[in-house]
Amino acid sequence: MSTRQFGSRVQRNIDPRLLRGEGAFTDDIPLPGALHAAFVRSPFARARILSIDTAAARAMPGVVAVYTCDDIGHLDQALPLLIPHPSMRDARTQRPLARDDVHYVGQAVAMVVAADRYVAEDAALAIDVDYDQLAVELDLERAVAPGAPAVHTTHPDNVAADFTQVSGDPETAMAAAQHVTRIRVQVDRSTAAPMECRTVAARFDAASGELVVWDGTQAPIGVRGGLASIFGLDEHKVRVIAPDVGGGFGQKVMFPYPDELLVPFAAIEIGRPVKYIEDRRENFIGSNQERTQIHWIELHATKNGEVLALKDEFLHDTGAFIPYGIAVAQVASTSIAGPYRIPNIEVRFRAVYTPTVPVTPYRGCGRPQSCFAIERAMDKLADELGIDRREIRRRNLIADDEFPWAREGLLFADGLRVSLDSGQYHKALDLVCDRIGWDGFAAEQAAARAEGRDLGIGLAFYVEGTGLGPYEGGHVRIHPITGKVYVNTGLTAQGQGHDTVFAQIVADQLGVPVTDVILVQGDTAAYDWGVATFASRAAVVSGNAIHKTAALVRDKTVRAAANMLEVQEADVELRDGHAWVAGTDRKVPLAAIATASNPLRYAFNEAAQAATQFAPASRHDGPALQDDQHPGLEAAAYFSPECATWAYGVHAAVIEVDRATLQVKIHRYVCVHDCGNMINPTLVEGQVMGGLAQGIGGALYERIEYDAEGNPTNANFVDFLIPYATEIPDVEIAHLETPSPLNPLGVKGVGEAGCIAVGPTIAAAVEDALRHRGGGRFDAVPITPSAILENLGTA
Amino acid sequence: MKPALFEYHRAASVAQAVDLLAEDPGAMILAGGQSLVAAMNFRLAAPSRLIDITRIPDLDRIAVTAEGVAVGAAVRHRTLERHDGAHAVNPLIRAAQAHVAHVPIRNRGTVVGSLCHADAAAEMPLVLLLCDGWVELEGPGGNRRIPAEQFFRMHLTTARASDELATRAVFPALPPDAGWAFAEFARRKGDYAIAAVGAIVQCDAGGRITRARLAACGISSKPVRLGRAEAALAGGTADATAAAEAGRAAATHVDAADDSIATAAYRRHLVAALTERVVAEAAARARRGTE
Amino acid sequence: MNARALPRPQIPVNSADPRHAVTLTVNGVEVSREVSPRMLLSDFIRHELGLTGTHVGCEHGVCGACTVLIDGVSARSCLTLAVQADGAELRTVEALADGDAGLSVLQQAFAESHALQCGYCTPGFLMALTEHFESGDPLDLSDEGIREMIAGNLCRCTGYANIVVAVRRAAELSGRS
Repeated sequence: MSTRQFGSRVQRNIDPRLLRGEGAFTDDIPLPGALHAAFVRSPFARARILSIDTAAARAMPGVVAVYTCDDIGHLDQALPLLIPHPSMRDARTQRPLARDDVHYVGQAVAMVVAADRYVAEDAALAIDVDYDQLAVELDLERAVAPGAPAVHTTHPDNVAADFTQVSGDPETAMAAAQHVTRIRVQVDRSTAAPMECRTVAARFDAASGELVVWDGTQAPIGVRGGLASIFGLDEHKVRVIAPDVGGGFGQKVMFPYPDELLVPFAAIEIGRPVKYIEDRRENFIGSNQERTQIHWIELHATKNGEVLALKDEFLHDTGAFIPYGIAVAQVASTSIAGPYRIPNIEVRFRAVYTPTVPVTPYRGCGRPQSCFAIERAMDKLADELGIDRREIRRRNLIADDEFPWAREGLLFADGLRVSLDSGQYHKALDLVCDRIGWDGFAAEQAAARAEGRDLGIGLAFYVEGTGLGPYEGGHVRIHPITGKVYVNTGLTAQGQGHDTVFAQIVADQLGVPVTDVILVQGDTAAYDWGVATFASRAAVVSGNAIHKTAALVRDKTVRAAANMLEVQEADVELRDGHAWVAGTDRKVPLAAIATASNPLRYAFNEAAQAATQFAPASRHDGPALQDDQHPGLEAAAYFSPECATWAYGVHAAVIEVDRATLQVKIHRYVCVHDCGNMINPTLVEGQVMGGLAQGIGGALYERIEYDAEGNPTNANFVDFLIPYATEIPDVEIAHLETPSPLNPLGVKGVGEAGCIAVGPTIAAAVEDALRHRGGGRFDAVPITPSAILENLGTA
Repeated sequence: MKPALFEYHRAASVAQAVDLLAEDPGAMILAGGQSLVAAMNFRLAAPSRLIDITRIPDLDRIAVTAEGVAVGAAVRHRTLERHDGAHAVNPLIRAAQAHVAHVPIRNRGTVVGSLCHADAAAEMPLVLLLCDGWVELEGPGGNRRIPAEQFFRMHLTTARASDELATRAVFPALPPDAGWAFAEFARRKGDYAIAAVGAIVQCDAGGRITRARLAACGISSKPVRLGRAEAALAGGTADATAAAEAGRAAATHVDAADDSIATAAYRRHLVAALTERVVAEAAARARRGTE
Repeated sequence: MNARALPRPQIPVNSADPRHAVTLTVNGVEVSREVSPRMLLSDFIRHELGLTGTHVGCEHGVCGACTVLIDGVSARSCLTLAVQADGAELRTVEALADGDAGLSVLQQAFAESHALQCGYCTPGFLMALTEHFESGDPLDLSDEGIREMIAGNLCRCTGYANIVVAVRRAAELSGRS
């Protein structure tokens, strides 16, 4: 038998190409004759547009077209509300180009198409827009207070959605509680900042009527549907290709951004390819962001620290529009009880319009906020009851034999129930404490203090509903010439390594080398059943679909091979790209089996001779294909999960706050995580570590800043502090593998895991380090040196 | 993020560069371009003419003489940083250079360009001020030198007239018996300083401070001498108490407002801590020098 | 929409920018072009020469994705004008591997160590590291030393850990450790 590939540390198929600089990102794809788009963007957070003068821009050499809302015909309408929900009233989405009003700095007002991007930017600057500036309120709490300026006249209270979910009987449980802990916590706004900004290029072939769009998106099938619908084209006349994409982290799952409609529109109208390569400043002001939430959370507990009920009320900043519905807030609210039993929950949120860049999911999608809320609350409860922070968690964790743990009454972002399916929470807690040295830390801390150094320790647990439906598909075909296996699924990749992990799954079924499995994804012309890459769902949903499909192809292959080799199916073994008669050296290549599985008329090669009508094995007693038979070795299948599968993990850190600079230095960081069975541990660790680095960014460095007028003040890489290698510590990652009972591979998602628990871990550690110096609680992130100074009260 | 159009001229001599500068009030000098091109990409700067001075003979020379280290206008940061002769007479240069952005930026950016750009948080203006150096300029009316104390006016503004070309800067040698130190903190390594402080300290045989010179960047609209901290140290013993006292005095020089990177309160805390550190380090070096 | 019925505007081939002649050596080959003075070297490499392995991440010098070697030392191609590179010897990621199929030692180490995910920033890391590996200076292979070597490059995917591993591995493969 071949070595099992599932679970192996296989090197990635895609890497040699990327390393040699042969990647094909949107702007790398040659598009002869392409024109370039640039946008005029609102310089005001709220304003009425009085006039737009495009005459000077239109007259500039090299300018081909200028579009305002008056020039885009039927596109001049509100963009779709992608995920409707009853909690929203009259949900606001933006128009491709602003009409009458602008609602955030960066909102697209006009588009220029020119010979190159340099000239396009010249022309954009030459467009004169006259605005009447309106009042704004940037503060989330003040925005919902009476009298605050409204972002939309339709919503005078700025509330986009108001939604309460209840599980159990919180009222009765709260009445029975002996202790209540209350805190207010805040997580600030951040942004995905993928290294490649968003991109879209379009070419319309007037002869065939086909519109081809290259889009650095996480959701090409969705974009295709949107474009076909808005342009009134048959779906087969729209081909959307997500080529190599330089990171996404959720920002690229939203669609359509205005440019995703306007660029194809211009390409059709002008009759030349048009390209829009977003620049970094635009990515900060024009592409969606996430994170700001303020939670007021209460834990109602017994004196022993058993939490009987949780009540949480939070404000969720949705920015100027809510195109993705309440997904982020809903994920936060349904994750609020974390890994704890807490049988009674009442959680309410209000999503609030603010005159800022719209909010849609960014890696973590509400979980970093809810994890911060529950974990900071658990620490406070522990302190108030005089119980060790590890112990308070131990007393509340769901035990191994209590799974599945359902939270009846809560509906997840997929509209399905919340049921934590499996885990070893206690083991994970013990493991992280063991690795970080929890028990011996007090002595270490005391010794450091004696030297004038402030060390602290913190830990935080997270759970993550992953692998959301509704479904993904797989299509697998063994190629008759080369024997290579082509695999399709409806996803795209932005670095996750789908091409390799899916190849591992297929290789195990078909006995071929991983490098002989070629994944084709992100091209609607190649495959167009499925959803998109988001919500840590690729391995779970597509992985299982491909696994099912590969098993079907395996069965077909074995059947055909048994026929060719004239043995029983049970005697056929697939390995090394061949079907073998077990225990012998008789074999036939998969390519030959694939060829023979297709009744041929023409013998184009030696293998094909065996499949033509006069070959010895050919049938002469009826049709070459039976009614229920398909030619070739191929199959398609789908996987649709019954509900999300819940991954989890626990982080712990030992940090030092430098007394001179107040910089937080991470001395040790341990992450224990469990994403069920791992397809490729190396890639899992890569996902976890990458998420962790973004989590460290959110905990210590990254915050999108707006001034009181709504101007972003750090919309660049100089001032928005993404950590370099010098800011990220070594991290010890430990795995547990508790299979999910919800899918055949037993896998859970891991894409977002790393970022979720970093904020509360660091906050707890900083708090622990500074308490002896009179430091207070750290209930907001990011924790900057300035914030530490303020907390110490010596400002 | 593409620059607006400009005329590009590659000057063959200082005289030609000065002529090209005089012809066009919108002209700017292009040396390494590491700050200028970034500003142009944001269209925060839109010069009508760029005069590239990097091919002018001799402007890429570093000369170490009795008066110190003379750095031509086309000398890249990285070249100066790695120049052992310069390091031998003024070790503050290499110490500060380690904090100037990252290697690829230092490979292109020029020292004199950084001085003329005059970012209030930049390291090299601080070093020039601390060492009592100067900038030499060539203009239509001839040449002149401007001491660092007068060269830096405010953030991104110097005493250089718009028709003058800075041809070189001179970083004087440190006195052989001087102790020195440089400390900086930025939230990310390589970023502009939230604050940086440099010190030159001389002591007598009894460990008493005979001369203390301190300067900081990042805390005001330009690099500043920490006069009150210097005064606190003068004539005293270079011990921990004196260093702490100097730190407290240094904090009174902070007049930067809160910004997205740091609050003013934090800058006061930081400059005090950094001052304390550099005074202790410089004094220790000075004592070693006199032993 | 009936696109075929729409009039086709007259489209100029290019902008009205003036042109300057530049000649430089790129990956060992001499190239001459006429370029606008404002063309960034990054755009010149990518769009004039078609060497699209060099990526553009921020256009203000912070992210390092566009790092190339100019006369043997690393530089941000987004902060350099093409006209400034006249006469220079330029190397890009496409020059690293010897032959079509192979990988350089650094590239090999990156592949072995899972030091890249989306791969967009990777060419910049490789070029910055190439400068260090080709210089005669000893390599500081401590964790801190390696992080210093890659300190000017942002990666949003990997968290850098495996890039550190890859640098150490490359040093081992090239006998520098």
